[in-house]
Amino acid sequence: MSNVTTASSEAKWWNGGKSPFDVEYGKVMMWYFLMSDAFTFGAFLISYGTVRFSTNGWPDPNKVFKSFPFAPEGVNAPLVFVSIMTFILIVSSVTMVLAVHAGKMMDKKGVVRNMIWTIIGGIAFLSCQAWEWNHLHHEGAWWGLNPFNNADGTASSTNFTNFFFTITGFHGFHVFSGVVINIIMLIMTLMNKFEERGHYLMIEKAGLYWHFVDLVWVFVFTCFYLL
Amino acid sequence: MSNHDTHSAEHHHEDVIAEIKKVTIILSVLTIVELILGFWMIGIESQGMRLAIKGAIVILMMAKAFYIVAYFMHLKHEIKNLIMTIVVPLALFIWFIIAFLSDGNSFRNLRNNYDRHFKEQSTIKVEEKHHGAAEKHEATEKHEAAH
Repeated sequence: MSNVTTASSEAKWWNGGKSPFDVEYGKVMMWYFLMSDAFTFGAFLISYGTVRFSTNGWPDPNKVFKSFPFAPEGVNAPLVFVSIMTFILIVSSVTMVLAVHAGKMMDKKGVVRNMIWTIIGGIAFLSCQAWEWNHLHHEGAWWGLNPFNNADGTASSTNFTNFFFTITGFHGFHVFSGVVINIIMLIMTLMNKFEERGHYLMIEKAGLYWHFVDLVWVFVFTCFYLL
Repeated sequence: MSNHDTHSAEHHHEDVIAEIKKVTIILSVLTIVELILGFWMIGIESQGMRLAIKGAIVILMMAKAFYIVAYFMHLKHEIKNLIMTIVVPLALFIWFIIAFLSDGNSFRNLRNNYDRHFKEQSTIKVEEKHHGAAEKHEATEKHEAAH
């Protein structure tokens, strides 16, 4: 077969020398992993929806989640604390985007600065979630324990708390592993690993994971606190 | 590096920062609107109105997901085949959600029709449990006349 370029665009992609999707292998793999994780979280959230749809009564989230740190006993402030948590995660996502962008410009200082902010945001979110868990636990909530009645006044099952702790727990674990990964990224940056490589692609991959964590929170927070 | 290169590199840099700022503002506004709707819903009793507000919240949530995936995760700027690799399976989610929620709903209707105990449970009001106190919680059940 001659080496004359054909009109078909397939020759461009399949003649070798090009990475599939024109994207680095590690990045494609991260996307594939995120797809699998999306289906895991999707399955959890949809099963939560299914169980909720199949029962007559369910606790009112605005009666359950109505406190925040250092608030007086018996305060009624629904949606306040979770809003703060959501904004913390969004801002940490923005600093992550800025870190990735700084990496593209080979701006090591910019990467370090923005990674530090992202890590701080992640730790702040985890602290908030830990407070929420501790607060609810003090009210008697846990896996297998639900002190909150249904909104219509009937007796509730433990489905509410089981789903809440399981799904926010899974998400919190992802945030935690994301923070660990980000700390490793920061250390590698400081050690000039990426300057040596000539690219900050690793930061980009960590960024994909971090944005995924933010994305899942958008769904979790909407399903449990708003809907 | 020629002047032209630095100029276009800087220009590109500014464009990217501008895009990041724009998307950040959009995400913040979407979140604030969602929260306003959530607050508004607290006072609403009408089930139809609540459903409409929840529908609006879901649409806003989808918009947020789009902006995060397309711009923060950069998917919009990738080649079409990668975009489709992500979007097409996620489209399956739509079927997944509709199928399972309607299944759950059907299960509830069937149980209400054929499981007397299940239906009765939804009419028995219990006393407000006292939170934060000792493990013992007294719940006295009051029987209300069945429908």
